Amino acid sequence: MKTKLAYLLLLALLLVAPFLVYPVFLMKLLCFALFASAFNLILGYGGLLSFGHAAFFGGAGYFTGHALKVWGLPTELGILAGALGAALMGLAIGQLAIRRHGIYFAMITLAMAQMAYFLFVTSSFTGGENGLQGIPRGTALGLFDLQNNLTLYYFVLAICALGIGLIARTVRSPFGQVLAAIRDNENRARSLGYDIERYKLLAFVLSAGLAGLAGATKTVVFQLASLTDVHWHMSGEVVLMTLLGGLGTLAGPAVGAGVIVTLQNYLASGPLSAWVPVVLGVIFVICVLAFRRGIVGELRALIRNSF
Amino acid sequence: MLTDLLGIPPQVLFGQLLLGLINGAFYAVLSLGLAVIFGLLNIVNFSHGALYMLGAFATLALVQFFGIGYWGALVLAPLMVGALGIVIERLLLRRLVGVDHLYGLLLTFGLALVIEGTFVKLFGASGIPYAAPAALSGGVNLGFMFLPWYRAWVVLASVVVCLATWLLFERTKIGAYLRAGTENPKLLQAFGVNVPMLTTLAYGYGVALAAFAGVLAAPITQVNPLMGSNLIIVVFAVVVIGGMGSIIGAIVTGLAMGMIEGLTKVFWPEASATVIFLVMAIVLILRPAGLFGKTA
Repeated sequence: MKTKLAYLLLLALLLVAPFLVYPVFLMKLLCFALFASAFNLILGYGGLLSFGHAAFFGGAGYFTGHALKVWGLPTELGILAGALGAALMGLAIGQLAIRRHGIYFAMITLAMAQMAYFLFVTSSFTGGENGLQGIPRGTALGLFDLQNNLTLYYFVLAICALGIGLIARTVRSPFGQVLAAIRDNENRARSLGYDIERYKLLAFVLSAGLAGLAGATKTVVFQLASLTDVHWHMSGEVVLMTLLGGLGTLAGPAVGAGVIVTLQNYLASGPLSAWVPVVLGVIFVICVLAFRRGIVGELRALIRNSF
Repeated sequence: MLTDLLGIPPQVLFGQLLLGLINGAFYAVLSLGLAVIFGLLNIVNFSHGALYMLGAFATLALVQFFGIGYWGALVLAPLMVGALGIVIERLLLRRLVGVDHLYGLLLTFGLALVIEGTFVKLFGASGIPYAAPAALSGGVNLGFMFLPWYRAWVVLASVVVCLATWLLFERTKIGAYLRAGTENPKLLQAFGVNVPMLTTLAYGYGVALAAFAGVLAAPITQVNPLMGSNLIIVVFAVVVIGGMGSIIGAIVTGLAMGMIEGLTKVFWPEASATVIFLVMAIVLILRPAGLFGKTA
């Protein structure tokens, strides 16, 4: 009952939000909330630290940009193409990375994503340093003109809600339970007869595809696909968002994404704009040292302790 | 000759091979430092690239403020950065003992952001030149190629330092402690060896190796705040290829990867930025534990 009320309240808030806050900023927030939630699926619930998720986020941006601008696909199909492309990249990179554990997994995903970065820099369809600009937003279902920021906002809200809903559903499904079992004790899960490589790979592909969905949607919002989104800094940022919000919690990554994106926006316009990486680095260090449960995790512990 | 058959002048081929060997020397020294740190701390030092950059900047600072030239910097810069490493270990990494090893990676990643971000803000992203020492200027014509003395020195110095590290680990008492600490720190502690001190020293030494590579690099690549940021990712790939189990493995893999990269620059320049990652993918398919690794 209480949670239902909370969800309704959140929904109401999200529906009126564009009348109070600049919609483009809100859309950026939503995209990163989905990105971090997708990332949390593999780190928080699968226990696998991927340091290459920028490849899926930014890669999908390029695929969608190309599909919309050159092929002239409808917006929905273009976004789907981006997510699908990211999932395929996830399949290729995941196949390699799940052969090793722990820190090796992190190093392999980072290296493969760096390789993808170089391929994106040199291939002609991405526009190199300039990126893809002026990508058309098109219409939703052929009816609603997405050039209008308010219309686009509800379109983006629907996509991100679906994406995060899918993640919540996955986590609570039997598949999600097995995934958590593998995270907590891999050998035990194996001895119970689960094909853990398949579970890990599927989780990785799902996470990559959803990260791609976020990147594809962001490309439609900003009508731009650029190298920033495939650079490894972006992989680091999504780790930070998830960690700051709270690993392995449903709301955490969205909260973390909200804090980081707001902070970046705030700093970018002030005298501290050049210090953004340093500020992010400091937050990283503080989080790891003193704050490993993240905002949502700490709040939850606080509530549990005070009742 | 083979080279003539392929239509590549020997000058170009051997020139690129030498460049590759130099890069390989850096990969070897950096991955060796990572292996030393990993052995005792069980963390992957993501700030390794940033500390390599600090080594190069320390070289610049030494000549600028104290008039200490290249040879002095070769000793002092690794000591300075090593001391900083000891502070980092004592102040920050020490607090992560007993926590999932991934947090060590994340902490050092944050540190790299802080260090590199600060230096970009202070010095800009463009490079600052540093002259090679006079004694090593010029070079020798070997007939098939021109060999600059400084480049020969870089390869030589790196290999010597790597071999010295190997000797230190395999042939000395403190090396035996370090290996024992890698194997079973609790038991070693029970024997009365100060393991926390050993861990601090190992981190300091690994970091000093990175700074040493930074000093060697200063006259070759211009000194710039981001010189280590992409390099460290390639070094990670080298570590995955070789496996962190053996010191000789790190040296051989580092040098070999540099040479492969150099050869690729000659025969297929477009692929030179990605070839090491490609090798990593192939190794992962054929031998997931890495060429010299024992377990996955």
